[in-house]
Amino acid sequence: MSKKFTDDIIQLSHGDGGLKTSKLISGLILDHIGNKILNKLEDSAVLADINSKLAFTTDSFVVNPIFFPGGDIGKLSICGTINDLATTGCIPLALSLSFIIEEGFKIKDLKKILQSIKKVTDECKISIVTGDTKVVERGSADKLFINTSGIGAIGKNISISPSNIMKGDKIIINGGIAEHGISVINSRNNFNFSSDIISDCAPLHSLVQDMLKVSKNIHCLRDATRGGIATVLIELAKISNCRIDIYENKIPVKKEVLGICEFLGMDPLYIANEGKMIAFVRSDEANIVLEAMKKNKYGGESCIIGEVSKKGKNNLVLNTQLGTKRILDLLYSEQLPRIC
Amino acid sequence: MATGRTGWMKKIINDLKKSIDKNRPPNTINIMEVCGTHTMAISRSGLRQLLPDELNLISGPGCPVCVTSNRDIDHIIGIIRDYPVTLFTFGDMIRVPGTDSSLQLEKSRGKDVRICYSPMDAFDYAKKNPDREVVFIAIGFETTAPLTAVLIKRAYGEDLKNFHIFNTHKLVPPALELLLLDKEINIDAFLCPGHVSAIIGSIPYQFIADKYNIPCVISGFEPVDILESLDMILGQYNKGRASVQIQYDRVVKPEGNPTAAALIEEVFEPADSFWRGIGNLPLTGLKLRDRYMRFDAAVLFPVKTIDSKEPPGCKCGDVLKGILKPFECRLFARACTPENPVGPCMVSSEGSCAAYYKYERTKI
Repeated sequence: MSKKFTDDIIQLSHGDGGLKTSKLISGLILDHIGNKILNKLEDSAVLADINSKLAFTTDSFVVNPIFFPGGDIGKLSICGTINDLATTGCIPLALSLSFIIEEGFKIKDLKKILQSIKKVTDECKISIVTGDTKVVERGSADKLFINTSGIGAIGKNISISPSNIMKGDKIIINGGIAEHGISVINSRNNFNFSSDIISDCAPLHSLVQDMLKVSKNIHCLRDATRGGIATVLIELAKISNCRIDIYENKIPVKKEVLGICEFLGMDPLYIANEGKMIAFVRSDEANIVLEAMKKNKYGGESCIIGEVSKKGKNNLVLNTQLGTKRILDLLYSEQLPRIC
Repeated sequence: MATGRTGWMKKIINDLKKSIDKNRPPNTINIMEVCGTHTMAISRSGLRQLLPDELNLISGPGCPVCVTSNRDIDHIIGIIRDYPVTLFTFGDMIRVPGTDSSLQLEKSRGKDVRICYSPMDAFDYAKKNPDREVVFIAIGFETTAPLTAVLIKRAYGEDLKNFHIFNTHKLVPPALELLLLDKEINIDAFLCPGHVSAIIGSIPYQFIADKYNIPCVISGFEPVDILESLDMILGQYNKGRASVQIQYDRVVKPEGNPTAAALIEEVFEPADSFWRGIGNLPLTGLKLRDRYMRFDAAVLFPVKTIDSKEPPGCKCGDVLKGILKPFECRLFARACTPENPVGPCMVSSEGSCAAYYKYERTKI
């Protein structure tokens, strides 16, 4: 860490564009996440020639609390955008990063967040090429909000989209559900559940690349964030005009997660994930894709949870352990606010 | 969910289903599940799909939010409008519409309304903020009344002056008797609530079997519990003999939880209570005993007389008595949806209308 930057809290002057802003950026931010392009501190980053289709996405992060078991708002803001990019099958190329910081925010917390951003961008081998920092008066924001955007290059012959979903497709997920949402609510409310549930927050583009290596018939990918896997699958059933059947006894969920959900009257199918990819794969290649996923660091618990059963019935049907069926509908009010 | 209990459970379910099919009565019988959690579990698991047509499951008045009267809601809204108090409530109450507002609306207008998961949150806040008047909406049946009783005793012992409850506690067994006396309702058996019975035991239901010859089974909340309980009800029904059986015996003992029951007894006494859509039912509620009366927010914070009105067309009362199924109400899924609820049965996570709307509205 630079010796130049010794302030202990964020003041309004850190965001006014003057000397303190310059010290914050050069002495703290670049010190953690600087690179050739970002270090130029130009108004726009200039990227090398990219000769392919591009994926472009943006997301804002307002999670409360900003530190939670398994991650923090910094890691979340990088993984969230990487995963949105990954759903197109692209290779992420560059990210932007914008902070909106509340006056009085502790520099030691900002350092921790920058360290975690550095760790995850290093893992993903991706650079933050442009950014912004604003400071607002105390009470005008809750500690720290982050916006990230990202672009990625989509390889030739890759076409992943809900419009490709076909009858017979198998639906695969890369592990247990609802861990992010439960970890956040557990750390928010002092329920004192003695559990070690940690957020599943993780970057999934390498998982997707491993899947693409073994199959050209991955029809659709979605990261199941807000609203959980149910919300994502309901949307996809509607967009593709297909009936999707999922099987309660095949959906992976940790016992502790289920226990807390039951206690709080929440349905894990609707609770946020931050490291779960749902894949629609042509049925004859589902097992090869599944095996490839299981070999990836973030796919060890991958499994098939359902299939596209009919064309023309845009419903999501849960086949219960009892042998009954019920339609899953969109939630009419959020289970948990400010989860990501 | 995939937690490794699937194989043996399937077998139990199949065995119970076969037994229920074998014992199906010659004519339709009405079995009332009293508790809102049972209603939710039945709808959520799609249990009706496994049952023969002769078993008609009807929902009862066992969702505390649903049976809270409009005038209680109006009184609470009056308190937060007229007095500078901090109101603590369980989440479900916040969206229940009163005559002209809801707690949610008042919160948006700047009133200090806070959602809590435990009554302790309200108590702790009151202790930490002695200058602030704190009101907790004490709601529920015999299950939650002991928690309120503990806090009242503590507040009394610690001479905490700024902690109050708005008391809407109600009792289950006397309400069941009043349902049996209502000629409009035809109940053949009760699926009795598990959590309430964990406190009061099975004995308080005995008069229902003895006096009215109505089978009662105290049931757990897993779908298998409910199936087994229905099978036990059929066993009684087919023999023409009524008794009170405990299926949920891993939690409920015949004598209940004497410590919790004694706490209720010490802090509260039976009193008349207003039930939503049903009216004033004698001795179906609880009121604070005289020595604890100073904690009663309704007494401490009087409000102008409110002309409380049920929303026009709302049939929550008939739904709560089991006379109507939710989809037989003309407002159901039209004017009344979870997004814009007209009556409390559509608001509460344990409400029959919410359960039917969420899980049984669309046929597969």
